[in-house]
Order: sequence, then C-alpha cells, then structure tokens
Amino acid sequence: MTGGRDLFSARRVWAMVLRHVFILRRSWPRLLELAYWPTMQMILWGFITTFFLSHSSWVAQAAGVLISAVLLWDVLFRSNLGISVSFIEEMWSRNLGQLFVSPLRPYEMVASLTLMSLIRTLISVLPAAFLALPFYDVWVFAMGPPLLAFFANLLILGWSVGLFISGLLLRFGLGVESLCWLGVFLLAPVSGVYYPIGSLPGWLQPVSWSLPSAYVFEGMRSVLFDGVFRLDLLAGALAFNALYLTLSIVFFLYMFRRARVYGLLLQQGE
Amino acid sequence: MPPSRPEASETAVAATGLSKHFGPVKAVDGISFRIRNGTTAGLLGGNGAGKTTTISMLLGLLLPTAGEISVFGEDMVRHRHRALPRMNFSSPYVDLPRRLTVAENLTVYGHLYGLSGVKARIREIADDLEITAFLKTPTGNLSAGQKTRVALAKSLLNEPDLLLLDEPTASLDPDTGDWVRGYLEAYQRRSGATILLASHNMAEVERLCGDVLMMRAGKIVDRGSPGDLIARYGRRTLEEVFLDIARRKEGPR
Repeated sequence: MTGGRDLFSARRVWAMVLRHVFILRRSWPRLLELAYWPTMQMILWGFITTFFLSHSSWVAQAAGVLISAVLLWDVLFRSNLGISVSFIEEMWSRNLGQLFVSPLRPYEMVASLTLMSLIRTLISVLPAAFLALPFYDVWVFAMGPPLLAFFANLLILGWSVGLFISGLLLRFGLGVESLCWLGVFLLAPVSGVYYPIGSLPGWLQPVSWSLPSAYVFEGMRSVLFDGVFRLDLLAGALAFNALYLTLSIVFFLYMFRRARVYGLLLQQGE
Repeated sequence: MPPSRPEASETAVAATGLSKHFGPVKAVDGISFRIRNGTTAGLLGGNGAGKTTTISMLLGLLLPTAGEISVFGEDMVRHRHRALPRMNFSSPYVDLPRRLTVAENLTVYGHLYGLSGVKARIREIADDLEITAFLKTPTGNLSAGQKTRVALAKSLLNEPDLLLLDEPTASLDPDTGDWVRGYLEAYQRRSGATILLASHNMAEVERLCGDVLMMRAGKIVDRGSPGDLIARYGRRTLEEVFLDIARRKEGPR
C-alpha cells in the first residue's frame, strides 16, 4: 500500500476517472445519449441554415456560422454537464462518504471531474461535428487551429460553471440538482452564440464582455466572416477563464469544507 | 531515526475535549478518550447519543466545533491524509455505486488506496469474504447480506490498522450477522488492527469489544470492559446496563 501523504496522486485521479469509464464502456445507451442531443441540434440548425441561406444575406456570407455556433455552444454545455453530472452521480449513489475516507483529496476529485468532462464532451460533440460534413457540407475543422482555441476556452468555462454548481450541490444537496442542466443557459443570451454582441442592448454588453464565451463566439465569427483569428479576443477569453476557473475551484473547495462543518458528506443522497 | 513516542505506538485513537454542535444542539459534548492499539472498542448509545457524529469526526468527514483528535499520532483536523491510508470505514448508511460491478468498485478503491497488485488483492479478499461468485454482479443487484460483505471487502482492501464500523450488522439476518462478527474477530486477531465500532447490538458489542464507551446525549457517561460494566451496574447483561444508562440521569449506582 502506498501512502496518502503525497499532495497529489495521478493514480487516485485515474481511479476516479475509471469509476465513470466503467459505467460508460458498458452502457451503449449512455454513449448514444451523450451524442444524441448535439447531433439533433446540428441537424435542426442545418435546416435553419439552409433556409437562411436564401433569406439572409448575413448567413449567406458564411454558411457554417450557425452550425459552428451550435457545436461550440454544445462544447460549453457538455463540458459543464461532464463536471456536474459526474459529481451528482456520486451523490445519487451516496458514495461521497466512502470516497472521502479514502486518501482521495478534494482537488484530486476536481482534476478527475475535468478529465471526465473532456471525455464526455468529445464523445458528445465529435459525432455531430463529423456528420455536419455529409449532411450540410459544413466542415467545422476547416477553422483550423483557432477551433482548438475556441474549444479549449469553452471547455474551461464549462468546468468553471460545473464546479460552481457542484459546490452548490455539496452545500445544498440534491434540491438544486436541476442547476446541472439549466444553470449554463443563464449564459446563453449574453454569450452571443448566434448573433454579434453588438446587437445586444448597450447596458447588457458589458455583462457579455465579462464572459469568455462572448470572446469565443465573436472570435468564431471573425474567423468565418473575415478569415481573421483575433488574438485580442483570445486573450480576453483566456484572462476571464483564468479568473473564473480559479474562483470556481476555490468555491468548490470552500463548499467542501463547509460540508465537513455541517456533516453533509455522509448525508448526501436520494 | 528518533524513537517513536509512547503515545504514537500505544494509542491508536485519542480524542481530547471533542465537541460538535449543530446550532443549539450539542451532538457531541466535550468527550475525551483513548483507544489502545490492537484492541476492539465499542461506542454504545441510543439514537442521537453521538456515536455516528464521533465516528465521522474520527474519520475527518466532520470538523469538530472544539477539541482535538489524533489517529496514530496524526492530527485528524489538519493532517487527516497522513492517517487515512491506514484507516478504513464501513457503514450500511453509505453505499458503493450501484451500477458498478463488485469487482469494478473494489478496483476503484484499490487504486484510491494505492494498493500494489489490485487484482490479486481483490481475488484474495473475495475468497476470504466469499464474494467471488458475484464479483461481476452490479453492486445494486446484491442482497443486504451480500452488500454488507462487499462493504466489508472494501473496508479491508488496504488491510487497515484502524477499522471504523458504524453498525456493521444492521439489517442482517442472525446467521449473516454472526458470520460478519466471526470474520471481524478473526481479522483483528490476525492483523492486530484496532477496531472501533458503533452499534445498537449489545450482544455484538459484548462479543467483540474489550472496551466499551457508553454514550448518552453527546457525552461518555461510562466506560469499561463489558464484564466490568455488568458487574458495576449489578446487571446480568450489557443490554440491562445500556437500559440503566439510557433511562437514568446520573452514572452507575
């Protein structure tokens, strides 16, 4: 037996990832469910794009703008779910008490949740991204390296949202579980997913510019419409992501401590 | 290497002035005790006496309002991760993920405890606890008795030096309960581990524990071996002692 004296153990992180992989690899309905919604969204927005191509000069300038937007939005949505649903599964199964009497440290759990989020996001979004080519002749990977930057920034923002929600779950229990699925939609109207931030009311635009997602979607449109990858927008997204990720990790760890104060780790569950 | 302190080598668990208050409720109220290495001790008390709260604090799952806890000389509030690899815990009130098979659950925990040779250890403990037949069964499909044995397997995976058990035989039929008690006795003899168990089952405590801490309303109101307590209270069984303590305001007659 090795000790738990080491401050960080990749093996313990892997053990927590393994716990979720065991479920995923055996359950094709779960895998199908992950890929189902992004694919349906892509198909729906593909038809809307087809319609707009003959009715909107804006969409006509970049045929893939709506499909790219919906796929990138799903990166954010799935990244958040990858964290919060993985975490809530521990609560549903009343497993937190067992986990935290093992040498597992809370920040190792955070690390495992982010890895699971990456895995779940890729399983969710990649099939839809590939299917967009035969269905609508849209190849999102044509954006090249900027796509990786957009993906990474939305993934990280999803982690921040997911960790914040997981912190709330720790403190307030399953009464707030619907936030796992609904919480991230608070960001949708002000992220400029399908329209430029400039089209929002002036008083709302500063709110948008405090979100990494707004920088990403503006950056995406800049690449698709003008063929320009704007580093200033990337820098804005990275700066706010660094801030929010730090805050969300601190918040989660603080809520973990509060859960130890209130004795919630043994009480969680349905 | 400096010589180990007597306290670290002789005392497995030490609590000093340990309290836990939830608002106005004093769940545990300034208790102090030590449990010697290699012994089996029981925490006995009625519902709400503070047994589970005490065990939760010993595990570091719950932060005390006041007082100190050390396990193998390590401060459980500040440095619980130094002691956790040498400890384990089982309770019918915490589950293992139901959709994972027994083998998968044990694999996850084997890695969490940093075991070398996880597969071999699982085979060994599965043989020991007679759970080999359902290693590939989802944990949620097991009977109560099977689940208890699996929980026990998880709690013994790392061959803990300190095993904390919260009502280890609750909701088990007498035959399975007896089997579990026999297994724990054998494990304690074989490994020299320290066991602390909280229980409502007087016969269980009488059989397993050499040292009994009687709790009521968050305090330790008496302590001794089952034989000492029975003699001191002039009763025939530990259950009668328990009822005496539960129904009286002061200590022994």
